[in-house]
Amino acid sequence: MSLFIKPKNEPVDKTLTAEAYTLGPLQAGPPCCNPEPLIRVDNLSLHYGKKPALENVSLDIYKGCITALIGPSGCGKTSFLSVLNRMTDMIPDCRVSGNVHFDSKDLRHPALDVQRLRRDIGMIFQKPVPFPLSIRRNIELPLREHGMSKQAELNDVVQHVLLDVGLWDEVKDRLESSALALSGGQQQRLCIARALALQPKVLLMDEPCSALDPISSGVVEDLIQRLRGKYTVVIVTHNLAQARRIANYAGFFWIKDQRAGCLIEFGQCKQIFEAPAHELTAAYVNGSRG
Amino acid sequence: MSLSRADRQLITLLRGCALLAAVIVLLILLFLVKESWPVLQHVALTRFVSDASWHPVDGLYKLTPMLSATLYSTLGAVFLAAPLGIASALFSRYYAPPFLAGCYRRLIELLAGIPSVVYGFWGLITLAPLIGRLHPPGVSLLAGILVLTLMILPTVALTADAALAAVPIAYLRGAAALGLSRWGLISGVALPAARSGIIAGIMLAAGRAIGETMAVLMVAGNVVQQPLGLFDSVRTLTSNIALEMAYATGEHRAALFVSGVALMSTVLVVVGTAELLSREPHHD
Amino acid sequence: MTKNTLATGLIWLAAILVSGVFFWLLSDILIHGLPHLSWSFLVEAPRNAGRSGGIGSIIVSTVLILAVAMVTAAPLSLATAVLLSEFTRYDSVFGRLVRSSLDVLAGVPSIVFGLFGNAFFCIYLDLGFSILSGGLTLACMVLPILIRTAEEGLQATPNDYRLAAAALGMSRSAALVHLLLTTATPALVAGLMLGIGRAVAETAALIFTSGYVDRMPDSLFDSGRALSVHIYDLSMNVAGGDTNAYSSALVLIILLLIINSIAMNLAKQWLHRSVVTV
Repeated sequence: MSLFIKPKNEPVDKTLTAEAYTLGPLQAGPPCCNPEPLIRVDNLSLHYGKKPALENVSLDIYKGCITALIGPSGCGKTSFLSVLNRMTDMIPDCRVSGNVHFDSKDLRHPALDVQRLRRDIGMIFQKPVPFPLSIRRNIELPLREHGMSKQAELNDVVQHVLLDVGLWDEVKDRLESSALALSGGQQQRLCIARALALQPKVLLMDEPCSALDPISSGVVEDLIQRLRGKYTVVIVTHNLAQARRIANYAGFFWIKDQRAGCLIEFGQCKQIFEAPAHELTAAYVNGSRG
Repeated sequence: MSLSRADRQLITLLRGCALLAAVIVLLILLFLVKESWPVLQHVALTRFVSDASWHPVDGLYKLTPMLSATLYSTLGAVFLAAPLGIASALFSRYYAPPFLAGCYRRLIELLAGIPSVVYGFWGLITLAPLIGRLHPPGVSLLAGILVLTLMILPTVALTADAALAAVPIAYLRGAAALGLSRWGLISGVALPAARSGIIAGIMLAAGRAIGETMAVLMVAGNVVQQPLGLFDSVRTLTSNIALEMAYATGEHRAALFVSGVALMSTVLVVVGTAELLSREPHHD
Repeated sequence: MTKNTLATGLIWLAAILVSGVFFWLLSDILIHGLPHLSWSFLVEAPRNAGRSGGIGSIIVSTVLILAVAMVTAAPLSLATAVLLSEFTRYDSVFGRLVRSSLDVLAGVPSIVFGLFGNAFFCIYLDLGFSILSGGLTLACMVLPILIRTAEEGLQATPNDYRLAAAALGMSRSAALVHLLLTTATPALVAGLMLGIGRAVAETAALIFTSGYVDRMPDSLFDSGRALSVHIYDLSMNVAGGDTNAYSSALVLIILLLIINSIAMNLAKQWLHRSVVTV
């Protein structure tokens, strides 16, 4: 029985305490105050062919914080996320305009080394995508591709990241077995470990818990919370309670006039949920719309 | 597109290979024309039909007996194979119990893989003598038609089966709910819905029959004469090429290449039409 | 009698007729071919123009011709399939050109391949009647099948792998080699088997390219006789060659059965794999 599955009657209320979760070496940092923006998005618009998907989105992603993007389906949240690590390059007919700066560098510059960028900005998908390889090889493969070749170093990193995500005790005896044999929650944690192995600065997460059962979902959510401070996390989620629990900042997306997605409001999480400035935001967070 | 240097190098290599593969067809056309040239230079195309007979040694290039033989054998084979093939598909899809249907389908797939030379061999040893007992000599247009039927039947059956499988099951349920009998359901709903796929399959089979060499060569008799009856010995265009290439030189050889070009174009037209038919959007 | 019963009757009749004829054919070959089938038949050289003796040298020639064909066609078709599947947009001009030319190639009758092979490999490239000419001609013939099955195999790999690999900063070629090709391997090998099956059954393309000589070939430049050509020769040109022709035909059919069942098992394994990885 895993150490990381919470007993069922413990209340799941994390907003009041900033106490670090001390299981595993990964410990969350304190909630950020006066953080600096790591990614600045200015007037971002996105079109798939003729169809607009996002219109004039401007926001800042603050370093070391968890930023939640909330809003109903189809508002362009996933598209927004895909811009941040240039995954939109892989979509034919996709046009992006506007400015995005990561660490003061122009992220959309054509000469940018995109493979290097994706080391700094990692992505976790909604459906866990473990490679059809052994657990060890899942983590080693991207590392090798990025230049690490010494087996001792690789073994170190594999152990380190698996400890961080809390999988080490569960899989340390079967690192050579197929990753496909893991449960959904374990697979998602493996994907997070795989991304962490590249030592990213930012982790983009597209509804990482929605394809998981409630218990695994809880475990992955704990892990995401522990990423705070050391990593910057941008998480798209439909689960308002989850956003409330874990996020420092929240951005509310909505569809404008049945056409393109847009950002209605962005701010500190507490403010968005308790004292939203826009009436749509208020309607969405208290459940009367969306 | 974010491509690394390794990717770009790989793409160049791959493009080269793809180009090589694509060029083969052009090469074939080129060489066919090149080899046909000696005869095309001084023999008008109409002479291939209007000459007195096929005597390349004397400069006579009438291809009509061979063309007719190809035409009749193909038509005969399609005429027999189409209903049998469609019936086979209907059998395995709607009439046979599941186990039998699976066996039958596997039998057809097995038969699709039997080489033409084996069909021809069996036709020569078993079928032709049987026909010969009815009406000598046995090796005849009829034998050719029967062997061709056997060969193209799996093609018709398998493509018809695929076309029928693509009929949305909702159509069939709807028809059954209206109280249609099994045949009513098939003739009224399934066959019309699968029609373009089935016709495409038949045309594909026809293309195969036109291009078939070995089986027909072995059982049709190979006498260059205009087929007047089912029991006449005939020589198809393909058999003609196969038989005479061994010793043909100069203009004779070039004439054979001309018939090869004619053959290729005919097959391509037939197969191309089949492709167009099968790509047609589904009419609801 | 209602239309329905008539139809049922006719369809059952058709199925019985078809299976009957095929069983007749298969049993005929089995009955006449099995008695003479033996290990010595498989390894001995043909004697007396093939009337007696075995098919040892024939089998060697057949294997060599197949090897030449596959060694040439497999890498070329894999490369083309990878390009079409991974690096070309479906509606690109280059992609459409390649696909159309392959469609045309697939429709060319085998005797025309024989003519081409003769004109190009034997005469123009001066390879003469040889195993090399025969193998290269067959390579051209099986190219469309190999490319189509390889492309289908690659297309069937989950797109998630490509996205996840890209998000990890892996190059397309790395993702291809480590993930996609390994996942698609059963499908690729199944396609290879299908190609081999098609090549082994081929006769018309080989008669004018690999030659007729039935002795053991010394090299790839030597002429060799494939199994299908041997059956043809024994039945048409050699009086009394029927017995050995039956046995040869049986060997050919058994060979094809083995190849096709390997292909089918691989295809099933591939399907199973791509379904289980939910």
